[in-house]
Amino acid sequence: MIHTSRTLDVDAIRKDFPVLSRILPNGKPLIYLDNAATSQKPKQVLDALTAYYELHNANVHRGVHTLAEEATALYEGARDAVASFINAPSRDEVVFTKNASESLNLVANMLGWAEEPYKVDADSEIVITEMEHHSNIVPWQLLAQRTGAKLKWFGLTDDGRLDLSHIDEIITEKTKVVSFVLVSNILGTVNPVEAIVRRAQDVGALVVIDASQAAPHAVLDVQALEADFVAFTGHKMLAPTGIGVLWGRQELLEDLPPFLGGGEMIETVSMQSSTYAPAPHKFEAGTPPIAQAVGLGAAIEYLNGVGMDAIAAHEHAITEYALGRLQEVPDLRIIGPTTAQDRGAAISFTLGDIHPHDVGQVLDEQGIAVRVGHHCARPVCLRYGIPATTRASFYLYSTEAEVDALIDGLHHVRAFFG
Amino acid sequence: MYQDIILDHYKNPHGRGLRDGDAEVHHVNPTCGDEITLRVKLDGTVLKDVSYEGQGCSISQASASVLNELLVGKELGDAQKIQEAFLELMQSKGQQEGDEEVLEDAIAFAGVSKYPARVKCALLSWMAWKDATAQALAGAPVKESA
Repeated sequence: MIHTSRTLDVDAIRKDFPVLSRILPNGKPLIYLDNAATSQKPKQVLDALTAYYELHNANVHRGVHTLAEEATALYEGARDAVASFINAPSRDEVVFTKNASESLNLVANMLGWAEEPYKVDADSEIVITEMEHHSNIVPWQLLAQRTGAKLKWFGLTDDGRLDLSHIDEIITEKTKVVSFVLVSNILGTVNPVEAIVRRAQDVGALVVIDASQAAPHAVLDVQALEADFVAFTGHKMLAPTGIGVLWGRQELLEDLPPFLGGGEMIETVSMQSSTYAPAPHKFEAGTPPIAQAVGLGAAIEYLNGVGMDAIAAHEHAITEYALGRLQEVPDLRIIGPTTAQDRGAAISFTLGDIHPHDVGQVLDEQGIAVRVGHHCARPVCLRYGIPATTRASFYLYSTEAEVDALIDGLHHVRAFFG
Repeated sequence: MYQDIILDHYKNPHGRGLRDGDAEVHHVNPTCGDEITLRVKLDGTVLKDVSYEGQGCSISQASASVLNELLVGKELGDAQKIQEAFLELMQSKGQQEGDEEVLEDAIAFAGVSKYPARVKCALLSWMAWKDATAQALAGAPVKESA
């Protein structure tokens, strides 16, 4: 059995994350397996935040003093880092938001207020999937309710994959937008982008991809995806909370209307009307999350230093190991794909009749942090006839020893409630 | 938090299953998906039966069992006092031990009050009982005059 990664120096990486050496109030060392909810932060990111506030803090753009210029350079430098990280053709295609939810709501609102040919109205159809996070369901439900558009979705197969068998009936000539998750936060499934994008392009529908669980874990190339919009959040990829990204194709960002109005997003303002700044600033009303963007830039630098391919390989190995070991636990049922193929590093499961809250609480007593509940994807729980799941999720600093601790913990849970 | 009393009630619940009642309610805890369907049967001012069916964590299931054991057969006024004492204990954030004279087995839940995420689990059946009892009382005069 291999207990060290052949792809990453995990011990060295772990030393960069102060919280990973934390001893909990009950005296147990922290075993952090809740990375799909949020990642921990390396010292390099924390240092970048501190340096920003200690040395450069100012509001961005238009200032002529030194600090304003430095803050602007740092903020816009973060945009360059993001553009390069996702292989965007232009830095002007990167819009900063506060999180992925805001990014997805921004797209839904752009389309609600758009002119033809993008306008979503009562004759339109919107397509999502049954495995979306609530943040990629509710904005589209709101858009459908407000415009009269029809909301449709792909269902799921018993083994946790999208059921595309009726793709031609679900995505039709009436479809204006197809929005789906690249990697499921609850099932771990990696979805087949090409098949969906191909059909959407055939009918002239826009494609929105929620990459929140993808961007932190593997190379994300927005040009290779051939999507129109890609949304993700910073805090799941080593950055602080409060910074998200919406990437959009330049001509769309130019044509589509702004959503939030205010400072920074304008060109000229009179009491009668205003004209707008070019994208991306058109979509960034108000003082942006400057320090958080700087933190995201530092996080990307850290991830690039380790290498996204190496991170993906490490997580694939950990996921494969965890799937095997979890299936040794009696009465444990994995909700989602049971092999590591086309699969991310979030693994949901049920443990006999023991409620996930009880599983999570007893694991917590052993220092193991997992997430329990419906993971903001309640339709998935309904689909599989379960009230909730326990979810363990891994990242670049996760080790096989932590997986072993989880397995021991689950045996303890079974003995406790057995 | 997981006292033996709680685990005993979880593994061997009292009065589980739905029986005849004067009112039925269905309550859910949206944060964790715990659900309970609960019926109340009155006999004049005496609580004749509390029957229930549900799914959820050990805390919510054990709490329903303790409720059944504690309240069935009591005068409604006494049952309400117990409910209020349990509510106060669960809202105490770990600062109270509970009056064993009044709460009996239910004092085992004192430790749960330290965990904000789990207080709702413990209160689910008690809130459902309060709701069902109010509904049964509202309907009671009609049945008595019939």
